This record gives sequence, structure tokens and C-alpha cells, in this order.
Amino acid sequence: MNALLEAQGLSLRFGRVRALDDVAIAIWPGEVLAVVGESGSGKSTLLRVLSGQQRPEAGIIRFDGTDIHEAGEAALRRLSRTDWGFVHQNPRDGLRMAISAGGNIGERLMSNGARHYGDIRAQAKDWLARVEIDPARIDELPRNFSGGMQQRLQIARTLVTRPRLVFMDEPTGGLDVSVQAKLLDMLRALARDLSLAIIIVTHDIAAARLLAHRIVVMRHGQVVEEGLTDRVLDDPQHPYTQLLVSSVLAA
Amino acid sequence: MEAGYNFAYLDEATKRMIRRAILKAVAIPGHQIPFGAREMPLPYGWGTGGIQVTASIIGPADTLKVIDQGADDTTNAISIRRFFARVADVATTERTEDASIIQTRHRIPEAPLREDQILVYQVPMPEPLFRLEPRIAETKRMHALADYGLMHTKLYEDIARLGRIGTAYNYPVMVNERYLMSPSPIPAFDNPKMDRMPALQLFGAGREKRIYAVPPYTPVRSLDFEDHPFRAIRAPHACTLCNSTASYLDEVVTDDQGGRVYVCSDTDFCRTEQERAA
Ligand SMILES: Nc1ncnc2c1ncn2[C@@H]1O[C@H](COP(=O)(O)OP(=O)(O)OP(=O)(O)O)[C@@H](O)[C@H]1O
Ligand SMILES: [Mg+2]
Ligand SMILES: [Zn+2]
Repeated sequence: MNALLEAQGLSLRFGRVRALDDVAIAIWPGEVLAVVGESGSGKSTLLRVLSGQQRPEAGIIRFDGTDIHEAGEAALRRLSRTDWGFVHQNPRDGLRMAISAGGNIGERLMSNGARHYGDIRAQAKDWLARVEIDPARIDELPRNFSGGMQQRLQIARTLVTRPRLVFMDEPTGGLDVSVQAKLLDMLRALARDLSLAIIIVTHDIAAARLLAHRIVVMRHGQVVEEGLTDRVLDDPQHPYTQLLVSSVLAA
Repeated sequence: MEAGYNFAYLDEATKRMIRRAILKAVAIPGHQIPFGAREMPLPYGWGTGGIQVTASIIGPADTLKVIDQGADDTTNAISIRRFFARVADVATTERTEDASIIQTRHRIPEAPLREDQILVYQVPMPEPLFRLEPRIAETKRMHALADYGLMHTKLYEDIARLGRIGTAYNYPVMVNERYLMSPSPIPAFDNPKMDRMPALQLFGAGREKRIYAVPPYTPVRSLDFEDHPFRAIRAPHACTLCNSTASYLDEVVTDDQGGRVYVCSDTDFCRTEQERAA
């Protein structure tokens, strides 16, 4: 089997900060990959670069074997609204707050050519139900929703076109602990049911353990360790990973 | 012609610059072309984009008609007609069929236009996405990539809230199946007239410094949904003056008891219909 997304030699500096320093990473179809590491280690930068939102200074990113920057911006944008999805930490960055829940879910369908109002609405209702929002609230604005609901709406809006790869940057970051747990369960079920590949950035080792098949540990813009989730968490090799895991156990 | 002015007021270099923008606009139907807009000594509140376009294309042999909301006899329409009669010495008319250039704001004449006519629209806001996406760079990218899902989302929201698409003016159109275009605030009723019109349609936005065009016989399609098709709506009445049941009507309040009548917004059409009936 070939990697779905594969990157090599990614480097990017901000002034003197090496946000990415010769990073290589790959993800396979249906796989959930967690990216962990302390604040400032380059996780969000990696996600932006992998999803084509920012160009690296060096390195190459291949999706389905093709360089994502090769075919130009139009092709990259098409990829972003078809095969890819992006879930932001703050739902306000991923939702249109002035547009109804149904419109938020429908936008991606319409961007991909859907022109039947009744179908779009039926799909929006279906997705609201899937993320456990009452479909009767389809015409409400996201601002009436709780933080957890907004995040679930963002996920519905992203998944409605059945992307094969979803980038998530701390999707549970701003939420209460109990709400986080519910969202993680939901993500796990969706990933399994839709055979999604997910690259998820998280601070939360427990979330990584619950969701991820594999873990990548970043520090100072470098990947210092990677491997199967249980192996990395139960038998960390790199001193930094040992510190990260033990600090969680201690907490 | 009045001394002291260049023909049609604008200097030749400016007219050439505007004509270049017009040619580009014609070559890429519906695409907005930037141009170096000039000041015009004309009534505030009308806007000068359309008038600059007219000044750049008009020649001594032209016959000019000017309409404001369909009417030839408003203060603005009269002063613009007089202006061009003075600075270009051209003939003017109120008859649609006699005009070679029709400068308009907010309407398309009811009489079908011909290949030898040009319709020049005054446009206040050329960007159809501006209410939805305030970032200009992002709207440019959407046009470049023909990424118009957001415009459909707006129409979706209309139907979800009102049960129908609520846009009665400035109803967005796709030109030649490529560019999303604002038809300037004409009533949606007029949209079908733009489709494959034999006359050249030119649009000028002075403040935003943009020109765009629909060449003759270009397909212009009003956006809609398969199960909520576009409909050209008019008030369900006959014109009080000419009895037309096909023309676009203005509602006129006749007294303070709530009395009202409906009359054609196109004054030339209404008079022609009345003459025919007489
Ligand atoms: N646009 C930018 N301009 C300047 N420096 C930046 C920019 N984006 C990121 N950086 C720097 O690059 C480094 C990596 O940042 P990044 O946001 O990728 O870290 P992170 O791992 O996502 O951190 P956190 O866990 O706090 O979200 C940091 O030192 C950051 O300050
Ligand atoms: Mg981050
Ligand atoms: Zn009439």
C-alpha cells in the first residue's frame, strides 16, 4: 500500500526560529496520526505546510503520489475542498458565524457543484444528526451553539464531502474536559466508519492514546521520535518523549 | 460643441486608456478590469463609471439615450443628456429604438435591443461577493478559481429563511458559464434580457475603478437551484397608463389614503404602448 500523504525534507524558518527542520512524515489511508510536542515545537506549522496553506522553504509533499504544489493553486484548492478537510482549534476560524448551521454544512457541497436545495438540506440534517446536534436546529446560527456543538458543527461541515484526509489542530483544545471526552469518542467513531485518515495535533497524550494508531513527537522543529502509539507511550526511546510521557503520568 | 473641452470631455489619452480596459473586458466576459477612473463634472449621487465609459466610446454620429430607473425625464437623466449634447454635440433621444448608445442606471429597456446598439450601465458596486467576503484578495482568488460555493450559500440561506430567493435587485449571474457578475442593481426581472442580448453591454464602476462587459449573444444565467429555479418577478398588475401586463411596474402612491397605481418604469415603452393603442 502507498502512503496517502508523504513529506520529506520539510524546512521552514521564521527569522532565527527553525519551525520545521528537515521533517519527514507519512500517513496511510484510514490511519490516525497524532503529532505531539511542547508549545512552539512546530506542530501547527507542520499542519499548515502539509495542507498546502504555507509553502516550506525546502522539501516536498506528495498526496496520492503527486507533488501538491506542482499543479498550481487551483488544483491545490480543489484538493482542499474535496479530498482534504481542516478542523481548526477555534470553531470561529472554521465556521461562518453569520450563516446557519445548514448553510455551513451545505457550503462545501455547493462548492463542489451541488445545486439541489432539497438534497443539500437533507444531507445537512443527516450530518447534524451524526454529530448529535438536533436536526431541527438546522436554521440556527452557530453563535447560539455551545463550544462543543460549534466544534461538532465544524466537523460535520468538513466531513460532509467525505474527504480522505483531515487535518486537525487541537480540535478539543478550548473545551471542558467532559466535552472533550465526548468529542474524542465521536471522532474515533467517525474515523472508523468513514475510514478517514487524520493528522491530529494535540497536547493531550491521553487523547493521542485513545485516537491514534501512530504518534510523531516533535521538538524544536524536528521529529525526535515516531512509532506505534502503544510503543511510543509505553516504551519511549527519546529522553524528551520519556519526559513528556512521565510528566503526564505524574500529573 | 462647446469650446474649451476635448470631444466628450475626457482627453484623448484617458479615453484610450478606458477603451483598452473595455477591450479587455469584452475579451473576458464578466471579468472585472481595473482602470484609472477620472473625475467628471456631474451630479453627485449618480456615479461616474458609466459616464466615463460612454464618453470613451461615443462618436459624433451617435444618438444617446439616458435613463434613470427606466425614466428619461428625471433630473439626472436630463442633465447627463445635456452634458453630452454640449461636450460631444451628439443627438439625443428618448426613444429606445432610435438610440445607438443607451446610458442606464437600474433598468434595461423593455424594447429588445439590437446589434447596432450599446447599453452602458452605471455600477455602484462591481463585486458580487463583497457582502459575503470582505477581503478583496480573497474575492479575486474566488473569481480566478471560479470558486462560487459561497454565493450559492447565500441563496441557500435566503430559501431557508424566506422560502424563496429574496434577492429582487442585483441578482447574481454567471456570464458565459465562467465569471460570477453583479448585474448592477437592475431588478431581477431584467436579468433574462441580458442573456444572449444582441447589443454589447458595458458596465462602469467609477468609485471602485472597474469596467466589465457582456459581449453580444453571450450566455448570462441567473444563479439558482434545480428545485428552486430563478423566476423573473413583476407586480401582478397591468400598467394604469398603457395596460401592459408584461412590463416592469413602479408603484406610485396617489393620495394619503393609501391609494396607489402601477405604471411602467420604462417611460418610453409606456408612451409607445399608449400611442399604439390610440
Ligand atoms: N507566522 C509566524 N511568524 C513568526 N514565527 C512563527 C510563525 N508561526 C510560527 N512561528 C514560530 O514557529 C515556532 C513553531 O510554532 P508553531 O505554532 O508551529 O508551534 P506549535 O507546536 O503549534 O505550538 P503550540 O502548541 O503552542 O500551538 C514557534 O517558535 C513560533 O513562535
Ligand atoms: Mg499550535
Ligand atoms: Zn405603461
